Amino acid sequence: MLEKALSGSKLYWTLILALLVLIGIGFLFYLRQLEFGLGITGMNRDVTWGFYIAQFTFLVGVAASAVMLVLPYYLHDYKAFGKMTVLGEFLAVSAVLMCLLFIIIDLGQPARLLNVILYPTPHSMLFWDMIVLNGYLFLNIIIGWNVLSAEKEGVPPEKWLKPLIYLSIPFAVSIHTVTAFLYSGLPGRGYWLTAVLAPKFLASAFAAGPAFLILLSFILRKFTSFDVGTKPIQTLAKIVCYATIASLFLFFCEVFVTFYSQLPGHMDHKIYLFLGLDGKGALIPWMWSSLLMLITAAILLLIPPARKNEYVLGLACIFIFFGSWIDKGLGLISGGFIPNPLHEVNEYIPTVPEVLISIGVYAIGFLVLTVLFKTVVGVKEEVRG
Amino acid sequence: MENSRRNFLKIAGYSILGVGAGSMLVGITPKFTTAASEESAPPKYKERPGALTANRWGMVIDTRKINGRINKKMQQVCHKIHNVPDFVGQLGAENHEIKWIWPTKFSHAFVEQDHQFVSDRLKETKIPVLCNHCNNPPCVRACPTQATFKREKDGLVLMDFHRCIGCRFCIAACPFGSRSFNYRDPREAIEELEPNFTPRMKGVVEKCNFCAERLARGEAPACVEVSEGALIFGDLEDPSSDIRKVLAEHNAITRKAELGTYPSVFYII
Amino acid sequence: MYDKGKIVAGLVIFFIILAFPFWYNLGQSSPAPELELTDKAKQAEKCVEDTALMTREHMQLLHEWRDSVARDGNRIYVSENGDEHVISLSDTCMDCHSNKADFCDRCHNYVSADPYCWDCHTFPEENN
Repeated sequence: MLEKALSGSKLYWTLILALLVLIGIGFLFYLRQLEFGLGITGMNRDVTWGFYIAQFTFLVGVAASAVMLVLPYYLHDYKAFGKMTVLGEFLAVSAVLMCLLFIIIDLGQPARLLNVILYPTPHSMLFWDMIVLNGYLFLNIIIGWNVLSAEKEGVPPEKWLKPLIYLSIPFAVSIHTVTAFLYSGLPGRGYWLTAVLAPKFLASAFAAGPAFLILLSFILRKFTSFDVGTKPIQTLAKIVCYATIASLFLFFCEVFVTFYSQLPGHMDHKIYLFLGLDGKGALIPWMWSSLLMLITAAILLLIPPARKNEYVLGLACIFIFFGSWIDKGLGLISGGFIPNPLHEVNEYIPTVPEVLISIGVYAIGFLVLTVLFKTVVGVKEEVRG
Repeated sequence: MENSRRNFLKIAGYSILGVGAGSMLVGITPKFTTAASEESAPPKYKERPGALTANRWGMVIDTRKINGRINKKMQQVCHKIHNVPDFVGQLGAENHEIKWIWPTKFSHAFVEQDHQFVSDRLKETKIPVLCNHCNNPPCVRACPTQATFKREKDGLVLMDFHRCIGCRFCIAACPFGSRSFNYRDPREAIEELEPNFTPRMKGVVEKCNFCAERLARGEAPACVEVSEGALIFGDLEDPSSDIRKVLAEHNAITRKAELGTYPSVFYII
Repeated sequence: MYDKGKIVAGLVIFFIILAFPFWYNLGQSSPAPELELTDKAKQAEKCVEDTALMTREHMQLLHEWRDSVARDGNRIYVSENGDEHVISLSDTCMDCHSNKADFCDRCHNYVSADPYCWDCHTFPEENN
């Protein structure tokens, strides 16, 4: 089936080439990081996780969002998602792949990675994250690939796939829950120490992931012969809308608890992010634009005529994708580390090499995504004849 | 043809699984075998004679006796004998700072105890902070490889630098900011290498070890030795120890007691 | 079989690439290096355990020593015949085997083993 990705238009090969160039640049800078150490990043003694771990956290959400297609289609037999489900599964594959790469490039001693398996430590959340992320990756590769082969052969998917598909649903929830537990179980980090962190992660994931899928469907419609149709997109748009509202609601709950209780250890992180602390506030414009984008998008998607207009829908999806990206990919990690446990403010700004390495990882993810989606489109074309 | 290929793949798959599971059972690294280790033999490893031992090491810092000079001496001797690099002083690389023990204001050391009318003495004196060697350490809970661990016999929270993968989870978990990460090769900023203590490598986390290497030689921690009596070190589980007497006579506090980590470093305010 | 020619050609190229280390190093084989002992090591006649065992399993012993010191704080090793040794790479091992280049590195280079001990651990200046 993969041979479908070996023939394509000039545009397709240009895209592949561009991604390869970005991967190459990122790889060169990663070699430099291996040589010098993580000191080439902007991380410091206080903010010891930065851009890499933030991207990992955001992408776990994108990966988990496949469940928003799988669950209605397989559990509720919602036929409209039939054409799209495999897209969700393949998006999950590339997103989890990026997650794992972001963890690896963030390690100080990547050569010792296997120590996590050699000395298994169940009381560490990272141990469980490794299990659920790898499990989810393999589940989606197996499910996506076999369902697509069955479609190609014109036969129903094999019976043994069913239990795996059902298993992938709790796995999707677990990857983002365990990722939230990485942060929310740490004493003395007020920004993360909240029971709604995992639900909030899931809500924003079920907003940003499907929003991205809608955008991808538009791209596929424009550049290929594959059109998923209006109905599944409109259903997804409703899911995106309510997930965005849920995540805004959970954010509001956090703001209330924090500022009504007036606990300094919880307030100061949010004050730093949205208003600045000790004269420092690099993220203030980002955080407000994120909030604004999410609120605007939620309102737009609530109004049926706006939602049905695909230009408005596209804009709302872009807002939600980038709004969530700022929230998780920039604010979440820095905000948790600033101020530090001694209540000092040391800011974190990512460096150019750090961003280029991250872009390289994204390029790997998009390369995998492009090849997988090209295969899907090829198979669909062949089946249609 | 189709069938036999499928069978071949199945058998190949099972045998790979089998080999994998087998090697897991046998143990991944073979053990060093001598004839003695096969019978039930006397222990092959023991402590050095004369080593200082305790059930739970602890420290009391008497802030009334602390001053800037003592603070400086303690940090200097600690960082010197442990080959702690000085990235700030030597290279001006603030981001890569590493510190095991350092003086800080009361409002930073005791964030939750700070208020408008703290005594003049506390406002002026800087207080030494270091790893608290917690009895319930969150860093140990977070570490995915047991590279940081609480030593059962004496309660020290230590680092195994050979095992650390540099994920920095322990740093996020520590509510006291006691841990530092080697963002680059520490040797770049060690003025004179101390031969008796091994420097670290880039990409691992480090922190105060309560001078475990000195305790093993029968010596008290270096900061205690130069503290002019401001630091008292001893066994928290021995009711007759000096440290327990000091704690019985004074009302000492710990940093962030509300987090339930049970620090082994106490402060007389 | 379809595309017989292409498949056979592909297989041939694959195996040629697979065998790269063999044909690349053809005719360049060098004899295994001899262990070179310092006078002190020669006089001692025996390391902390039997020589044959040390040759074969010194890496496992060093691993155990490392865990014993770093994790358990036990710095004395009792060998099979009851002798006690202080566990220290720099002070015990390198005291006799002070010729690191000849004793450690030559064999390690020969078998392409690259232990990272010396990234951190220091050793007394070589004195031969």
